[in-house]
Amino acid sequence: MSRKRISFRTELPLLVWLVVVWGALWRDFSPGNLVFGALIAVVVARIFYLPPVELSGRFNVLRAIPFAAVFLGKVVAASFQVMYLAVFRGPTVTNAVVAVPLRSHSDLMVTATGHVISLIPGSLVVEVDRSTSTLYIHGLNVRNDVDTAKLRKEVQDTEASLIRIMGTRAEMDALRAEGWPATRGAGS
Amino acid sequence: MTPNATGVDAVIDVVTAVLLIAGALMSLGAAIGLLRFPDLMSRMHAATKPQVLGLFLVLAAIGLQMREWWVWPILAVAWIFQLLTVPVSAHMVGRAGYRTKHLHPELLSTDELEAVVLRAAGQRAAEKAQEAESAMPHTGKARNGGNARNGGNGGNARNGGPSA
Amino acid sequence: MKDIVLIVTAVILSLAAAGAIYRIAVGPSLLDRVLASDVLLAILGAALAIDMAVNRHLNNLVLLVALTLIGFVGSVTVARFVADRRGQVNDS
Repeated sequence: MSRKRISFRTELPLLVWLVVVWGALWRDFSPGNLVFGALIAVVVARIFYLPPVELSGRFNVLRAIPFAAVFLGKVVAASFQVMYLAVFRGPTVTNAVVAVPLRSHSDLMVTATGHVISLIPGSLVVEVDRSTSTLYIHGLNVRNDVDTAKLRKEVQDTEASLIRIMGTRAEMDALRAEGWPATRGAGS
Repeated sequence: MTPNATGVDAVIDVVTAVLLIAGALMSLGAAIGLLRFPDLMSRMHAATKPQVLGLFLVLAAIGLQMREWWVWPILAVAWIFQLLTVPVSAHMVGRAGYRTKHLHPELLSTDELEAVVLRAAGQRAAEKAQEAESAMPHTGKARNGGNARNGGNGGNARNGGPSA
Repeated sequence: MKDIVLIVTAVILSLAAAGAIYRIAVGPSLLDRVLASDVLLAILGAALAIDMAVNRHLNNLVLLVALTLIGFVGSVTVARFVADRRGQVNDS
């Protein structure tokens, strides 16, 4: 079997997550249980080999916290928007499928953007084209070109703030070349 | 909940009650959406979004009632599980719905995927079928028609797999 | 207080479950039914969680996570199945 050795650093987020799940399932966060969980996590990660998720190696906590707050706000807004449309618009709602090309070509970034996009108001990922890294998004209540442009901008802004949190240096440079001021807030 | 609560307990109980009822209302919102929306795609919006917020509200209520710090990481894990799984299953259902023509074109203002599908159907069918065959041996053959495009299943299965 | 919360949430969740079951019954396509049963699972999960919050225990938490995963695996499986079967029909 030809396995690419995964460096400990790449595997660390997965191991930490496994330990947290272990502690949560036992409802016991005492050091002994966590150490045993870490042991099992290492064994599991060695035996049940999965292709590693290629992280960029940087994670900006200062940008992640406001992003998480904005994200939570948008989850709330999404539910109320759907409820409003269900009650007052109902059968007459107009939708659209919009193609949004993304900047990044890494699987992680496309997946993360797709996940966040699926949870914020009025958008769901219908189809992904990995070769051109284009997301095809189903937008709820998209009536005209103005709404389409708004949806597209929203998706690309989300990707931009995700890149600023955990994108690679090259993606950051591409973002800066586009003329995004570095001080722009998360999910703006 | 504490019977005949006073002071802080009463405040926490009121907040809990509000959170629980709001969480239940989210389920009702999802059901109303299921009943009132005209096509599968809009129903998908109704099924996914209130579900996530509803679970969040109810889990927050549990956290408030238990009053122990170690409850919060457990509740966070339960919620993150849902955050990871809900978009993936919505995407899979939506993709199947689009491919099996569950969409009502008269309800769409634009459909930018359709042109891509038509273009791709001719020129890329052969190479995509090959790709699909090498990736998924037993499903590749069944889908070498026009709708066998390079979907997001590769990326999702790989990235969603280890953590979910 | 406890009783009021329980009654109100029970009524709301029952209405929601009735709606989801109605969609399962009439849903024009298989995918609609899958979606509606996913919502029904979420409603069950909400009921379990409300019980935990009101009675202050965590016994159902693992069940709640299991419900989420069952809903996920179920809808993904059916979605794949639908796409595959329809593809064969189109080809023939």
